[in-house]
Amino acid sequence: MHIMSYEFLQQYWWFLVSLLGALLVFLMFVQGGNSLLFQIGKTEEERRMLVNSTGRKWEFTFTTLVTFGGAFFASFPLFYSTSFGGAYWLWMIILFSFVLQAVSYEFQNKLGNLLGTRTFQVFLVINGIVGPLLLGGAVATFFDGSNFIVQKENIANEFQPIISQWANRSHGLDALLDIWNIVFGLAVVFLSRILGALYYINNVNDDIICQHSQKRLLVNTIYFLVFFLMFVFHLLMKDGYAYDSTTGEIYMEPNKYFHNMFGSFTVLALFLVGVVMVVNGITFTLWLKQKDGKPFTKGIWLAGIGTVMTVLALLLCAGLFNTAYYPSNVDLQSSLTIENSCSSEFTLRTMAYVSILIPFVLAYIVYAWRAMDKKKIDRQEIAGDEEAY
Amino acid sequence: MTNLLLDLDTSMINWARAQFALTAIYHWLFVPLTLGLAVIMGIMETCYYRTGKEFWKDTAKFWQRLFGVNFAMGIATGIILEFEFGTNWSNYSWLVGDVFGAPLAIEGIVAFFMESTFVAVMFFGWNKVSKGFHLASTWLTGLGATISAWWILVANSWMQYPVGQEFNPDTVRNEMTSFADVALSPVAIDKFVHTAISTWVVGAVFCVGVCCWYLLKRRHVEFAKASMKIGAIVGLTASLLAAISGDHSAYTVGQTQPMKLAAMEALYNGGTDQSLTVISAVNPFKQPDYENEEEAPFRIAVPYALSFLATHDLHGFVPGVNDIINGYTKDDGTVEMSLKEKIERGQKAIIALQQFREAKKKGDSAAMDAARSVMAENMKYFGYGYVKESEQIVPYIPVCFYAFRVMVGGGCLFILLFALILFFLYKKDITKPKWLHWLALACIPIAYIVSESGWLVAEFGRQPWTIQDMLPTWVGVSDLQTESVMITFFLFLILFTTMLAVEISILCKQIKKGPEGEK
Repeated sequence: MHIMSYEFLQQYWWFLVSLLGALLVFLMFVQGGNSLLFQIGKTEEERRMLVNSTGRKWEFTFTTLVTFGGAFFASFPLFYSTSFGGAYWLWMIILFSFVLQAVSYEFQNKLGNLLGTRTFQVFLVINGIVGPLLLGGAVATFFDGSNFIVQKENIANEFQPIISQWANRSHGLDALLDIWNIVFGLAVVFLSRILGALYYINNVNDDIICQHSQKRLLVNTIYFLVFFLMFVFHLLMKDGYAYDSTTGEIYMEPNKYFHNMFGSFTVLALFLVGVVMVVNGITFTLWLKQKDGKPFTKGIWLAGIGTVMTVLALLLCAGLFNTAYYPSNVDLQSSLTIENSCSSEFTLRTMAYVSILIPFVLAYIVYAWRAMDKKKIDRQEIAGDEEAY
Repeated sequence: MTNLLLDLDTSMINWARAQFALTAIYHWLFVPLTLGLAVIMGIMETCYYRTGKEFWKDTAKFWQRLFGVNFAMGIATGIILEFEFGTNWSNYSWLVGDVFGAPLAIEGIVAFFMESTFVAVMFFGWNKVSKGFHLASTWLTGLGATISAWWILVANSWMQYPVGQEFNPDTVRNEMTSFADVALSPVAIDKFVHTAISTWVVGAVFCVGVCCWYLLKRRHVEFAKASMKIGAIVGLTASLLAAISGDHSAYTVGQTQPMKLAAMEALYNGGTDQSLTVISAVNPFKQPDYENEEEAPFRIAVPYALSFLATHDLHGFVPGVNDIINGYTKDDGTVEMSLKEKIERGQKAIIALQQFREAKKKGDSAAMDAARSVMAENMKYFGYGYVKESEQIVPYIPVCFYAFRVMVGGGCLFILLFALILFFLYKKDITKPKWLHWLALACIPIAYIVSESGWLVAEFGRQPWTIQDMLPTWVGVSDLQTESVMITFFLFLILFTTMLAVEISILCKQIKKGPEGEK
C-alpha cells in the first residue's frame, strides 16, 4: 500500500476516529465520576470538591465528543448521515444529557441559579449514567448491527429523495432491545465509574474522598469485569460482517472479530497490554501503598492509557481488515465499510495534512493539564477560591 | 421498500427547519458575548500584566466571571447544532459532507481544544500559573473561540456560495476539488470579518451597558469608568468596521445571491439606477404579491443607492424577484436564465443521474458516458430540478426586509452610542447624563436583537436552499416522523429557555454583586 494512497487514507482516518473514540471513553471519567457524586461525596463540601475536580476537565470530554463527531462527518459522511439521521432518538437522548451536563458545572453554585444546587448535581448524575450507557450502546452496534437501508438511487426520486432510511419507527431505540448493546453499554458505564473513582483518588487530596472512592472502585470493578468479559467472549465467538474489497460485497464470516483480533499482532498487543494496564491501575490503587502509607494515586494514568489501548483495539477490529463497521441487519449490502462510506481521496488527504497538528494540540493539553494539576484539590482551596464551582 | 412512500411529510421538513433555527438562534445568543468579552477582558488583563495593579486584576476577573456563565451555554447549544446536521439533515450530510465536514473537523482539532484547554487555565489558574501564562491563556481562549468562528463561518459561507467542489455521479455526492476555494472564498472572508466584528460590538455594548448601570446606582464608579473606556473604544472601532464590512457583504450578496438581496429590499421589479429603500409598509405577516405589485407601499428611498450598494455603480442593474423568476441580462451582457429554464435543466440533470446509475448497474459504459455528458451541461441547475412552483424559490420577504433594517439601524445607533460615551468620558463627566446611562442599558437587549437580525437576513434570505441553487431544504432532510422532530423541538425549547432564564438570573446577581464582591 502506497503512503497517501486512497486505501491508506481510509485506514488512517479510521485509526484517527478510533483513537478519538478511545480517548473519549477514557475522558468519560468525568461522567463516571459524576455518577458517583452522591455515593462518594456524603456532604455538600465533599460533593463540591468532586464537582470542582471533574469540573476542570469536563470540557476536554465535551470537546473530544464534538471532535469525534466532526472527524466522523469529515471522513465517513455516510455514517454521519445514516446513523445520526436514522438512530435519531438514541443520539438525541445522548445530546440532551450532555447539554444538561455542560451548564450544570457553571450554574450549580452560583447565586440566582433558580433550580437549586441539588438539581444541577442530579443533572450531572443523569449525564454520568445515560451518556456512557447510550454511547456504549451506540458503539456496540458496530458489532451487532442496526436496522437501516442505504439506497443512493433515491436521490433521483423526486418524491422520496432520502438516501439513508431507518427500517422502523423506533429510530435508534431498537438498539436498546439488543441485549449485547446493553451489556457493552453497562461495561462502559462501570468502566467510566472506575476511571472516575481513580481520578478522584489522584486529583482530590482528601482522605475521606479517597476511602469512599476506593470502596466504589472495588464494587464497580466487579460489575465491569462481568459485563466486559461477557461482551468480549460474545464478540470473539460471533459471526462478523466482512466484505470483499474488490467487489464491495458484504457477507457474514464466522468468528470474524476473533480473526481480526488474533490475526494482527499489533491489535492483539494493544488489547492485551491495555487490559493488563487497566487491571494494574485498579489493583495497584486498591492494594499498593506509597511510602507515606497513602494509597497509590497514579492508577488513573495506568487504567486511562489501558482504556485507550483496549478501546482502540476493539474499534480497529470493527473497521479494519475488510470488516463492515456499521452493519445493517435488514439489508446486509447496505452495511457501511470504510471504503463505501468515506470521503473522497482529496478530502481525506487534505484532512490528513491538518491532522499533523494533532501532536501539537496534545502537547499543549498535556502542558496545561500538568500546570493545573500541580496542586491537588482540597477543602481549603475550595473554601478560598471564588472562582470555584 | 423505500419507494412505497410516495411523498415526503412536508410538516416534518418545517419542524426540522424550526428545530435548527431554534438551536441556531439560541446558540447565537451566547456566542457574540463570548467572542466580544474575550477581547475586552483580554485588554483588561493585559493592563494588569503591564501595570501590576490589583485594580485591573479585579476588573478582568469580574468580566471573566460573566464570560464563564455565558460560555457554558454557548458550548451546550453548539454541540446540538453540529449533530443536527446529521440527525435532521441526513441527506445533506451525505450529499455535501465531503466538503462541509472538513471545516467542522478542523474546527474541532484546531479551535475547540485550544478554547477548552486554556479556558480552564483562565478560570482556575490565577494562583496556579504565572501571570504571563495566565494572560496567554486568556488571549488563547479568545483566539480559539475566534478560530472556531472562522471555520464554522467557512462552512456556512459555502452553503451560501458553493465553490471548490464538483458532483460525482459514482458516489452520488459533491466532492471537494479545492480546499483553498472553500476556505478562502470571498463570501467566507466577508462573513467572518463582518460576523466577528459584530460580536465585538455586542460585547462592547454589554460592557458599556453594565457600567452605566453602576453609574446609575452610583456604585463602583472608578471600575465602571475604566471598563467603559475599553468597552467604548472597542465598540466604536468595531461598529465602524462593521459598517464597512457590512457594505462589502451587501455587494457580495448582490453578486452571489441576488434573490436574497431582492428579498432584503422588497424589490419586486429591478432595473438600472435603483434606489435603496429606507422604509416601506411591507406587511410583516404575509408574503407580498410581488407578481402584481409594482413596489412595496409607502416607500421612502435613497436614489441610486441600491445600484451603488449592489454593483458599485450608480447606474448598475439590480434584479428584482420577478426578474430572477423570468430571467434577465446582467450589466456585463450575460443572460441569467428564467426559473422555468433552470427547472428544465435541473430535471435533465436528475434524469441523467438516474440513467447513469442504471447504466452503471448494467455495465453499459456508452450509456454512462452519454449520461455523464448531459450531467456536465446541466448539473449547475441540479437543485432546480426539485422545484415545482416559482413561489418555492422566493424567501419570506417581510422577515428579510425588516431584519435587514433592524440590523443596519441598530448598527448606526451603536456608532452614536459609543461616540457619545467617549465624548462624555473624555470631554465631559460621564457620571452625570442619566439619559445616556439609560440608553446604554437599553442597548443591551437591542444589541442581541440586532445581532440575531443579521443571522435572520443571512439564513432566511438563503431559503429555500440548504446549499444555494444546489440543494433545496426538502431534499436535504432525514427520513423522520413529524412527531419525533416536534417532540425534540419542544424539549430543546423548554431546556434552552429554562437555561437562558437561569443564565440571565445568575448574570444579574453577579452584576449586582459587583467587582468588589471577590474581596
